[in-house]
Amino acid sequence: MAKITLQDIRHSYIDNPVTEDDWALKHMSVDWADGTACALLGPSGCGKTTLLNIISGLLDPSEGKVLFDGKDMTGTPTDQRNIAQVFQFPVVYDTMSVYDNLAFPLRNRGVSGAALESRVHEIAAMLDLEETLHSRASGLTADGKQKISLGRGLVRADVSAILFDEPLTVIDPHLKWMLRSKLKELHQQVGATMIYVTHDQTEALTFADQVIVMHEGTVVQIGTPVELFERPKHTFVGHFIGSPGMNLLPCEIRDGAAFFAGTRVETDHAVKPAGAAKTTQIGVRPEFISFADQGVAVEVVKVSDAGRHSIVETQAGDHVIRLLLDEGEKAPEGQAFLHFDPGHTQVYADGWMVE
Amino acid sequence: MARKTTNQKAWFLVVPVVVLVAFNAVIPLMTVVNYSVQETFGDNVFFWEGVKWYEQVLHSARFHASLLRQITFTGIILAIEIPLGVAIALTMPKKGFWVSVCLVLMALPLLIPWNVVGAMWNIYALPELGLLGRIINGLGINYNFTQQPIAAWFTTIMMDVWHWTSLVVLLAYAGLRSIPDAYYQAAKIDGASGWAVFRHIQLPKMKRVLTIAILLRFMDSFMIYTEPFVLTGGGPGNSTTFLSIDLVKVALGQFDLGPAAAMSLIYFLIVLLTSWVFYTLMMKNEEQ
Repeated sequence: MAKITLQDIRHSYIDNPVTEDDWALKHMSVDWADGTACALLGPSGCGKTTLLNIISGLLDPSEGKVLFDGKDMTGTPTDQRNIAQVFQFPVVYDTMSVYDNLAFPLRNRGVSGAALESRVHEIAAMLDLEETLHSRASGLTADGKQKISLGRGLVRADVSAILFDEPLTVIDPHLKWMLRSKLKELHQQVGATMIYVTHDQTEALTFADQVIVMHEGTVVQIGTPVELFERPKHTFVGHFIGSPGMNLLPCEIRDGAAFFAGTRVETDHAVKPAGAAKTTQIGVRPEFISFADQGVAVEVVKVSDAGRHSIVETQAGDHVIRLLLDEGEKAPEGQAFLHFDPGHTQVYADGWMVE
Repeated sequence: MARKTTNQKAWFLVVPVVVLVAFNAVIPLMTVVNYSVQETFGDNVFFWEGVKWYEQVLHSARFHASLLRQITFTGIILAIEIPLGVAIALTMPKKGFWVSVCLVLMALPLLIPWNVVGAMWNIYALPELGLLGRIINGLGINYNFTQQPIAAWFTTIMMDVWHWTSLVVLLAYAGLRSIPDAYYQAAKIDGASGWAVFRHIQLPKMKRVLTIAILLRFMDSFMIYTEPFVLTGGGPGNSTTFLSIDLVKVALGQFDLGPAAAMSLIYFLIVLLTSWVFYTLMMKNEEQ
């Protein structure tokens, strides 16, 4: 178990990166306290896997340092880093039985006898693999194989961190739920640092205490699920997290306030003059918009039922504004006015929140 | 219920393939079967002999000797070419400019006609003229493949290894390249040694291509004719007279068509049966 620090990391898969786009990971420094359950969230190709492979040592960063408990581990080979990693697609050793697969990482590190046996049985019981323990691993379904991969990641008790690279992609939905809560349970039991890469926000928000949102090779926000939801630092976070995502409306800044389509919109933070910013936007989540007697004039276009609440789609000029209504509330028809909750309405300059 | 339409004219559609198979497989094979149970003195006059030729071949010391030579030869070249081919494939680069260079170099021996390979090695290994022959003799070893059976075997095996190891390399390399990176990454995470990676990842993933490689090399080497014929002509004495060389001597040298036909069929059955048993065993293991 260890605290993991990335210091001024940059990485490029090209030998001589020139433009900013050549970097798969742009400059970043991140800290993981010992025992964190952290999710790395972002769309495909944003550099999540690259970051994970740098931590485990499968990849050497072009620049910067990887520290475990303050000790420089950059350049240390993977097998000496004491890291477990589970990959997106199942990796099993076909010629071995399920038992031998699970025992493999321990045997390679000199564990044997009763200690080995009890640990393998413990992990197998946790993942419901006991019945197939002595059959050949190659005969199992994709689910079963991925459980073995997970098991090999979890079997070593003394690892610095366990890294998961979208481990539940190939798993059936009903098993996904079960395995996710198993992982969470396990995290509480052993308290190992866990870093979980995913592009699924539900997965990230249910698993982690801390979520790192990545976009095009940069970290856009680090925070708790609540922080990401209530105060997204970047329009990308607002848009990516939440269903439906945050409404983003172009605005004008004058007299220390934001104006959308000529209507003054109250925001929690005093709005500074935007200065050199190319674009300014108002961001407000559908959860924090309500119908009112005055405010932003819109036309109600569509109401769709989403179970506990309904999603109302309205149109203000060329812009679509979505809001949520609780069960039982009725949406007006035709012309209406919207009120944005000032405490949850932010102004963004060039994508970043103005504070 | 709809009446089934019957149209016998459809048979005409399969006529071309029936004719083709008849002329290139069935008729030649049946001709050999025909010869193997009869005696002929020319003029298309045949006498029924039953299984006499088969008994004669199976009890012939000469056939036993060439069969033993053949099995030894095939065994030796498989024992060299398969491990060597895998070893070379493992050391070949995985990406970049050198991949193409290596692949072209490896493919070259496979593109040379078999009798040219025989002629090349004949000249190459000549004790007085050839580079190899002179070097070996220069080292103080008395080497003359036209007179010493051991030297003849050594040269024939070297020639086959030179000619055909590439095939094993290319197949094994293709097998290795199909292993996803995640396997190697997982092995690093699991702390697996280089040997464990080979034993538990690379070898199992190469199993199918190696099965094909062994089958191809078994069949080809078991039927080898041109190269040793050009190199040693089966000599010195009978020391490198493998099955096909012996068969040609019986059929065309002595014109014993009956025994030669019986020998051909026994030969054919040995190759077919061995290949079938080997393939079935390998694939049965796969399913478990």
